[in-house]
This record gives sequence, structure tokens and C-alpha cells, in this order.
Amino acid sequence: MAAKGLRKLLFEHAENHDLTRLEEYEAVGGYASLRKAVGMERQAVLDELLAADVRGRGGAGFPMGRKASFLPKPGDTPKPIYLTANADESEPGTFKDREIMARLPHMFVEGCVITSFAIGADAAFIYLRGEYLKEFEIVRAALEEAREKDYVGPDVLGSGYGLRIVVHRGAGAYICGEETALLESLEGKRGQPRSKPPFPAISGLYASPTLINNVETLATVPKIIELGGEEYARIGVENSAGTRLFSLSGNVANGGNYELELGTPLRTLIYDIGGGIPEGRELKAIIPGGSSVPVLTAAEVDTPLDFDSMAKVGTMLGSGAVIVIDDRCCMVQLGLRVAQFYMHESCGKCTPCREGTRWMVQLLRKIDAGEAEQTELDLLLDVCDRILGNCLCPLGDAAAMPVASYVAKFMDEFQRHLDEGGCPFGGSSSLDHVTAPVDQHHARMRSEIEVPVA
Amino acid sequence: MSGQLPEGVREPAPGEDLSGRIRAIAAEYPVRRSAVMPALRLAQEKYGWLPPEAFREVGDALGLTPAYCKSIASFYDMFHLRPVGRHLVEVCTNISCALVGAQQVLEAFEHALGVHAGETTDDGEVTLRTVECAGGCGWGTVVAVDHRYREPVRPDDVPAIVADLRREEAGDGG
Repeated sequence: MAAKGLRKLLFEHAENHDLTRLEEYEAVGGYASLRKAVGMERQAVLDELLAADVRGRGGAGFPMGRKASFLPKPGDTPKPIYLTANADESEPGTFKDREIMARLPHMFVEGCVITSFAIGADAAFIYLRGEYLKEFEIVRAALEEAREKDYVGPDVLGSGYGLRIVVHRGAGAYICGEETALLESLEGKRGQPRSKPPFPAISGLYASPTLINNVETLATVPKIIELGGEEYARIGVENSAGTRLFSLSGNVANGGNYELELGTPLRTLIYDIGGGIPEGRELKAIIPGGSSVPVLTAAEVDTPLDFDSMAKVGTMLGSGAVIVIDDRCCMVQLGLRVAQFYMHESCGKCTPCREGTRWMVQLLRKIDAGEAEQTELDLLLDVCDRILGNCLCPLGDAAAMPVASYVAKFMDEFQRHLDEGGCPFGGSSSLDHVTAPVDQHHARMRSEIEVPVA
Repeated sequence: MSGQLPEGVREPAPGEDLSGRIRAIAAEYPVRRSAVMPALRLAQEKYGWLPPEAFREVGDALGLTPAYCKSIASFYDMFHLRPVGRHLVEVCTNISCALVGAQQVLEAFEHALGVHAGETTDDGEVTLRTVECAGGCGWGTVVAVDHRYREPVRPDDVPAIVADLRREEAGDGG
């Protein structure tokens, strides 16, 4: 088998065409998959998604076809059925859905319509991250074009199937990328996760059957219909079919999004495609799937980028965000910055997450400053342990798992902070004294106490 | 702070009554409460932030209490519960940006604007704040100026960005 690497399925025509424009998208075969799909039985379209074995591209990696098949059929439920596109990308390190919406908005819309047709959805909602203003404008313009040509609307391509698509903009909350928090937010509530079951497939948006898929997953659907599910499943490796758009960032020469066949080694992405570590520095660690996942050491750089290979080395493919870390980075400070993020974004509903992330930040601050006792390092791991698996949603786990992995894999560095009474980098770490939004909030609260607002 | 409006909705004129437009947005959804976020965004366009009258206005239009509307606004980072500057400069300091020098970019803004992160310039023109991952990690450091991304931004780029903002104010007669 040939070595795996760059493979453009979604971005095949994106270099030479402006695919934000409808006529250019149509010229390279755009919306042909929708035309094909509405000529098929709903179940036949679902069967293609099942055969493609495509796993969700948002982070959890659940097989898309199976998730879609959990929904009741349109005739079997008195309730409307909804599709919700999760375009609330905010996992640190991840910026791929943004690029898909900016460059392939019609492919995304086409995927939404085909998927909606397959499940018999009455309406589709795109929950689009509030900060993504340019992408919102591009998706909105694409939808307007698609409506004019009856790709979206009361009678899609004369098939008798009608679909309304509403774009709902977020307003700045990482937790709304969690599917049940997203539904709460879309219903006009605070974005706090629900307990499951019931799962959204049975009782989701407005207590109706709801399918929630990530932008990239939906954008992959036209290609699956074009190739056929079985053919699509031949791309990639076992249990990881197809390509994914990997977001490469951190201490690497050529950061950006790269579409790779699943099973491509991390080394190929970081060195051959990404140009390696700049400024003559050494690779120290890699976060392979967004800030929520356990870290890999430089020695694990040959691990293939697929679901099973990542699981074997104790981490996850997550959102496909590969963050490269060089030898200037203090791992305690990395843990602190990650914990600060999750503390800031914890919705406050579950005590272990709300309080635990706060404890993690305080303990990591003490360790970083060299003021921690040995027992406090143990306490940090204990707090992580008390968060894991004890909350309604994975946000708390997303703080505990990576930080526990930094301690496990870089124990010497943590220990040196205790033994030497300070950071061994002596202020030269790349993450030394980074201002986090949680610091800002505290500063504001202090000033309010001292100087009351008139 | 233009461009923060929901689909197909123009910017509100100062002092304009928003209720008709909020109800039009609500008609897009099966349940009108769903319109609370776009409605708050409209109100923030009108007032520049979300004062108590904004919550009354949104609440009246949607059949919600002002307290409920405030409870929604307080959950989301993009809603401002206190006055902010006419311009907003947001610097991402999450790990990918921090690894490539976001703190130095932030400090360059602090120096150029004469404020710390989280503060507004004395003339009320520019608010500077750090934000969590903005989603441009491969092109760090990401800075959003009035919600338009600049990436990558290096400390050397900061004086020109601030000069642009100041020039815009002068051009606005502000």
C-alpha cells in the first residue's frame, strides 16, 4: 500500500476554483449529489452513509450513518424532525470547519440538504460560532444562491421534499459545541448540557427527533453520494474511512489546514507537510486532537492519524487539531493554560467540573511558582480523578485528561518545579506569564470592589 | 461594531424601536424564545452594550422577563453587560497562539493603547481584551478587530493596527 498523506476529496477543486460561487461549484459537479440523492429512496441514501462508515469529524468520532439511523422515520413520529449542523467550532487548536465554511460553503449546504432529506427533516438549523463573522456572511450568501436555484426551499429540485435552513449564530461559549448544550442554546436558554438519555435522536431540539452533525461530516456527504458508500470506505484505514482536514498549529513552520487520508503518520504531517520545527528547536510534545486530548511525546511522532492508532497510544484523534510543542515550552505552564481555558468555559452545572477546574488552576499556579508541596501534586491528580466520568458532559474530562497526561509523561519536569522551588525554565518558557481571560475577569472583579461603578 | 446581526437584518438606527424586527426574527423559529440571542445582538447594536432597558425591550418583544434575558446574556462572552469601547480588540492567548508569542502581541497592544487587557481607553474608544481560542490557530497570533480577524499578527504589526483604529475615529469625527 502506498504511503498515506495529502489526499484531496473535499478540496479537490478548491485550488483552481472559487467554490464560494454557485456557478463555479456547479461547474465542478456541485449539487449533482443532491440531484442524485433526491432521486433515491430515503433509506437508500442512509444506507450509503452507513456503508461509507464515516465517523463524526467533530471530536467524538461516532459513526454518522448509525447516528442517523437512530432517528424515527418521518411517518413513525408525530413530531417534526430536525437536522442541526454543529458549526460552533471552538476546540483549541481547531480551525478546519472555519475553512470549510469559508471556501466550500456550497458543499456544506449540499451536505445539509442531502442529510436532511435522508432523515426526512422538516427544518435544518446551522448553529454557527458567533466569532466567525466572515464565515457567517459566506454561508448566508451561499444559502441565498442555493435558494434561488431550488437546492433549498419548499420544493427541492422538484422532488416534493421541502427544507428550510435557518442560520443561528452563537455568542461566545465553548460549551455550545457540546450537542445538548447547543440544543439548549438554540432553544434560547443558557448553553448548559442536558443529561442523557434521552438522546437527541429521540428527544432533541424542541423535544423532537434531532440529528446533530459537525460541519466537516456534513460537507463529506456529497462526496459519499458521488462515490458510493462502499467506494468511500476504501479510502483511509480500517475503522477510519476517508480523509480529514487536520488543523496544524503551534511550533511548526507551515501551520494551516491539510486534508489527509486517515492513517497518515503524524511525522508526515509535521515534517514533510508542515516543514518541521522552526528556529532549530527540538520537538517536545504533540497534542494530536485538540486541547482536550492526552499529549504525545516526541518519541510517538510515528503514530498514524486514525482513530484506532491514537486509541492504542492512549489518546484520541478528537477534532483533528494537531498542536506542535517545541522544547521551549514548560509543561506545567501548558497544563495551567489548558486548565484556565476549561475553568473559563465550564458552564457551572456539574460541581466536579465547576469546582475541579478551579482547583486545577490554583494548584498548577502554585506548582508553576515553585510554592507547591509534594502532596499538592498528588492532590492535582486526585482532583483530575474526581472530575473524570463524574459530569454530564465531557468538558470536565477535557480538562482532567490532558493535564493528568502532562504529569504522567513529563513527571520529571513537574518534580523539578517542586524540588527547585520554581520553573526550571527560569522565565524563558514560551508560555511564561500568558494572560488568560480568567485573569482578566478576576482583575475586573477586584477593581469593582475597590472602585464601585457609580 | 457592524456586522453582528442575524441573517437579513439591517443595522438599527439610534433610538429605533426593535420590537417589530425581533418578532420577525422570532417567526423563523418554532418557539419564539429561540430568538433571544439574535434579539440581544440587535439590542447590543443599538446601545453599544446591554443596559437594563435592552433587557426590557427584548423581553417585551419575546414575552420573556428582563431577568431571563439578562441570564442569557451573562452566559455568553460576546454580550457586554457593561459599556465597552466603540472598537473592540481581542487577542487570542490560547495555547497555539501563546506558543508563537501571543503574550508579546498582547503587551504590544497594552503599550500602544495605554491600557491593560480587560480595560477601555480613557476616551472610551477602544476596549482591549484577551479571548479564548478564536479558531485561527495555524496562523497565530490571531487578533480580532471589531470581529474582523487579522492573522497572523506580530508585535511589530501592532502600532499600524492601532494607528488605523485611531485614524478611523478621526474620520468618523469621533
